[in-house]
Amino acid sequence: MPREGVLVHRIYERLNRNQMERIHGASMEILRHPGIICYNREAADIFSGYGAEVTADPSARCWQVCIPEALVLRALETTPKVVKLGARREENSLILDGSEPRVYFASGSETNVWLDMRVETFVSKADHGVEVELATFHPRRGMLADLCTAAHLGEHLDNLDGFIRPVNIQDEDITEENKDVNKFFACLNNMTKHVMAGLTSLNRLDEVIRMAEIIAGGEEELRRNPIISFITCVFKSPLQLVNDTTQKCIEIVRRGMPLVISASPQGGSTAPIKEDGMVAQINAEILCGIALSQLINPGAPVIYGSVPTRAGLDDLADSYGVPEFNHYNVDCVQMARFYGLPCYSTAGVADVKVPGIQATVEKLFSHIVIALSGAQYIHYAFGLLDKTATFCPVQAVLDDAHIGWVKSLLRAPKVDESEVSTSLEQIRQVMATSQKLFVRYIRPKLRSGEVTLPYAFEGDKTRDEVFIRAHERMQELLQRPVEHIPPEISERIFREVPGILPRLNIYREGWCD
Amino acid sequence: MTDDIIERIKQNVIQGRMDKEDEGFDGGMVGQPGVKELVRQALDDGMNPGLIVIEGLTDAMKIVGEKFETKEYFIPDMLASAETVGVAMDILAPHLAKSGVATKGKVLMATVKGDLHDIGKNIVSIILKGAGYEVKDLGADVAPEQIVVMVREEKPDLLGLSALLTTTMVAMKETIDSLSEAGLRDKVKVIIGGAPTSAEFAAEIGADGYSADAFHAVRVVEELQRESRGGL
Repeated sequence: MPREGVLVHRIYERLNRNQMERIHGASMEILRHPGIICYNREAADIFSGYGAEVTADPSARCWQVCIPEALVLRALETTPKVVKLGARREENSLILDGSEPRVYFASGSETNVWLDMRVETFVSKADHGVEVELATFHPRRGMLADLCTAAHLGEHLDNLDGFIRPVNIQDEDITEENKDVNKFFACLNNMTKHVMAGLTSLNRLDEVIRMAEIIAGGEEELRRNPIISFITCVFKSPLQLVNDTTQKCIEIVRRGMPLVISASPQGGSTAPIKEDGMVAQINAEILCGIALSQLINPGAPVIYGSVPTRAGLDDLADSYGVPEFNHYNVDCVQMARFYGLPCYSTAGVADVKVPGIQATVEKLFSHIVIALSGAQYIHYAFGLLDKTATFCPVQAVLDDAHIGWVKSLLRAPKVDESEVSTSLEQIRQVMATSQKLFVRYIRPKLRSGEVTLPYAFEGDKTRDEVFIRAHERMQELLQRPVEHIPPEISERIFREVPGILPRLNIYREGWCD
Repeated sequence: MTDDIIERIKQNVIQGRMDKEDEGFDGGMVGQPGVKELVRQALDDGMNPGLIVIEGLTDAMKIVGEKFETKEYFIPDMLASAETVGVAMDILAPHLAKSGVATKGKVLMATVKGDLHDIGKNIVSIILKGAGYEVKDLGADVAPEQIVVMVREEKPDLLGLSALLTTTMVAMKETIDSLSEAGLRDKVKVIIGGAPTSAEFAAEIGADGYSADAFHAVRVVEELQRESRGGL
């Protein structure tokens, strides 16, 4: 049985059928004219071989590719409508079904900054007898040990369904060549949920897959239970197919591993600010990537990956906390559904650099709206601040609790003959008592999980102790053990997969916890 | 046998199972005797009512309190358990009187004149009853003069007054003044509660105590009882 996620009872949609058809039409127009600029020769050749109009531009070392609608529609026919993301513990698998609005929440992204929290005591200047404990936040460079900690924590966050490495490993002995094997091993060795990541170096792809095969129990087992998957952002918006990520996409697709094909234009700078223009463009970009995947390997398990943002008005950086971000993303979820494809969507990023009221508002805004839209896989949902530049583990603990509430919010109503008759009986019974209280009927519903528990980080109600409580919760979760890769398998990985740092071997002395 | 039935009473109080119709936590206990049936059976078996109170009910409520402290239990759990104790005490009261065992004290409860909001007062009544007090509930919208009559008649140790509205909390002072005018003020301790009230307001109108919530009410009542005993 896969993880349950939350099945959205009634999805929130912005576009009607006619508007979706218009967006589709506009995307097809974009792919036909102006088309895309392709910086990858192999991709240009593939498109050309299937009827796209390809014109070389030798001075810019790129190709203008005009893609006819028929090519895209043919590719969509072979694109899987259901994609399984496996897990070391198979009950943690995820089934992404394009026809079912079952929502899973995942982490991300590869932030450079890790934000620690400390509790410090401050004394009032006005009255030295008054002391207050407050949270202070301290940024530092993310390291391999932090990634292990993040995976450990993620394993114990109830509402984290899938794991994308939330921190960039910047240790001195981590290089472009050994980064992939180390980051995948650090994640896989500290959690039994699905692990997804981008690839730093294409040279390491086969070694990463080999590692996954050893853990899964062989090549066939990995195909049946793909415990890892990849993300490639093939486009540099607007409409430029990047050489490096396109090549990664081609090779991953050839190997049949699940792959998110994503695009991340910014409304106002690298895409139109207008909702229709932005969505038409990102849809064209994603469909182009998906089409390429199906021309290479029909039936390859790919996921429609939409990460549209809006330009910040003060710095032109990505803004995730504004309403337009939600407009764009909901529309993309709808467009994926229009094609019957599962959607990798985006929610839960705060623009502000530290946890607090602004972060909570910005995060909850998209957590609720994008979940309501029925996106199958919502990434960026845990711990992200500063427009995805910072990961804060205490914030991830807070987000986990808030996502738990979002899941409760989305529960389907139970209204049928039997339920109504039970309620009528209850009302009659209570009205016959002197106290006229329904309180005792809360208990069974509380125990069955139908009544949501109080806010997890509430203090004594006279002051806000949320950060202190969340910090305690984080420490408690990190005290819990995780199911590491068994010693014999771990030993085989270290023997057969070069480049993994010895300090990640928990069965040797001096390992990195 | 004695131990067995006491243990079953205890477990049912902890689960807040009133009677055999009660489904329990997991919905699978319908038909099994609850606190009502078990207390009656214990009396039929000739068990000492004082023992039922101490080892069955009081010990169970101690465990319920601990579970509340550790956040395993919530207010609905406490209330359900307290309610079962209240019902058990109703059954046991005549037997306890015969054996010469007194209750912890008598409390009159009322929502003051002009106010129909009685949820808080009802919850406090359940909790106090569950804590072993004899509670007489006068209802809602009770005029000062009615309260004076009932205090004179019932001779309670404590009077609990409740109000939800800023417009009706003034009736608390009127009630206390009426008790003074009737020469009854020093015969009864007055404790107040309700959303717009506070410890400061309680002191201002001459009440003896203020409670922020139902569980706090038990502590306040116990303190006032101790003070009264100490003063004797």
